[in-house]
Amino acid sequence: MFIINSPLEKIIEINNHIYLLKIFSPELTSIIKPGQFLNIRVSERVFPLLRRPFSICDVDGDHLYLMFNIMGEGTSILAHKPIGSNLDILGPLGNGFNLDGNYETAIIVAGGLGAAPFPYVTRMLNGKKNILSFIGGRTRDDVITYNLKNVKEASDDGSLGFKGNVVQLLEKNLEQLKSQKTKIFACGPTVMLKVLKEFCLKFGFECEVSTECAMACGFGICQGCPIESTIQSDKYLLVCKDGPVFNIKDVVI
Amino acid sequence: MSTVDLSVKIGSLTLRNPIMLASGTVGYGNEMAEFTDLNKLGAIVTKSLSLKPRKGNPPQRIVETPAGMLNAIGLANVGVEVFLKEKIPFLKKFDVPLICNIAASTFEEYVECTKILTEEETIKAFEINVSCPNVREGGLSFGNNINSVATITEKVRAVTNKPIIMKLSPNVSYIAEFAKAAKDNGADAVSAINTLVGAAFNIFTRKPKIQNVTGGLSGPAIKPVAIAKVLEISRQVDLPIIGIGGIMDWRDVIEFMIAGSSAVQIGTLNFIDPSAPGKIITQLEDYCIKIGVENISSLIASYQL
Repeated sequence: MFIINSPLEKIIEINNHIYLLKIFSPELTSIIKPGQFLNIRVSERVFPLLRRPFSICDVDGDHLYLMFNIMGEGTSILAHKPIGSNLDILGPLGNGFNLDGNYETAIIVAGGLGAAPFPYVTRMLNGKKNILSFIGGRTRDDVITYNLKNVKEASDDGSLGFKGNVVQLLEKNLEQLKSQKTKIFACGPTVMLKVLKEFCLKFGFECEVSTECAMACGFGICQGCPIESTIQSDKYLLVCKDGPVFNIKDVVI
Repeated sequence: MSTVDLSVKIGSLTLRNPIMLASGTVGYGNEMAEFTDLNKLGAIVTKSLSLKPRKGNPPQRIVETPAGMLNAIGLANVGVEVFLKEKIPFLKKFDVPLICNIAASTFEEYVECTKILTEEETIKAFEINVSCPNVREGGLSFGNNINSVATITEKVRAVTNKPIIMKLSPNVSYIAEFAKAAKDNGADAVSAINTLVGAAFNIFTRKPKIQNVTGGLSGPAIKPVAIAKVLEISRQVDLPIIGIGGIMDWRDVIEFMIAGSSAVQIGTLNFIDPSAPGKIITQLEDYCIKIGVENISSLIASYQL
């Protein structure tokens, strides 16, 4: 992990509220793993004060891509950064997904902006494993399928694909999924991850989940991002350092 | 070769420069070492240690506020035993004074921790945290009570010969009285300030933004309060002060020194730019050369009121 200034080459609006940043950074692209994240200082001023964490969305040669929506002051500044300006990046942070293993089919499960880390996961698995993507959102605008493969969509309001949540969609396809050796890679809102965990435990699916928590530093010194462990009850794990990716069985969601 | 003497004294402890890293913002040093050469620093203050490990508060522990942040970590730490066994070996590799911050729930626990830790030669001084706003027992209930601060200072003094720094709370009306109580009972210095009690609500859910409801406010938002508290102590008590509160650059360091600080601690800034402390040391030297200051210690309490 290090701090680096890398130039912003392009801002792509993939729908009316989701943005992609294209950044030239061979220093980072040569080492960053799917599921890791970067902490960006969006302003030199004292508000916003803290860096903003972004999971790595995709890597293509010397370029990396970050996906985000405008949540507040910080992301708003980022979405309007001048092209060519340098981004002050601290990273790579966290552990990332473990894509290796004795499975045939990777099942990607994402809700809303939880889809952000999976284009890179898909790229790394392409040609090595089968990939099935189950992508959900509240409405069709929240179902983000950018650079994913073999996508089945779900929306809460039924405006796109299956009407219901993404875990219900998994259950609907249970027989197909049970018939092969699989591993689930998931990211999304807490409510989704809660039901996904029940699903995985009930039907015996292996699952790695990328978690989220408010944090100040991103590398372990602020102790701001605890997550309860199911293995050791006397201490918390840290989302930034021990995660953000965990075996879904090992953490309380 | 350096023409400026950046060294400062905190009681019997000489620091090569006034830049210390604040407790709770450097963990046990290993992560910071990837960004800043620890050997360049004046001193490092460890995360608060208690006798037994503490799990800390449940999430959400942190929220950003205008020019600052609230935290309610709840003194999560590995405890004295694990610290000595697993954390000290890494810190031993550096030539930088190590100051142990101690936080406890009872008078006896402060004494017990100090007794054990004072045996470790790598530890050069103690900072006694009587001002954590985020724990139910100890913390502010001690820091707001002048008799408790006096008693803790006295009891800790009795079990160590190493310098004692009492870390004071700004959540009191007259901080100088607390500094005086610390001095009268044998403290070698005070550090000021710990965080200010703050709270923030989500206006849609009407719930507090951090689980503990209140947290400690840090960052540039608190700097003027910290400067005022340092000045208050400096004008009334003859005791070295370590200034803390929202330092973002070398100018802030100079301001704290002018207001009466012998040294300073960098805290929240480490979360944002962990390479900043090293850069600030170089910039302090440049400033001194520019204005013709040979000894940075001549800036201490140099205010012109």
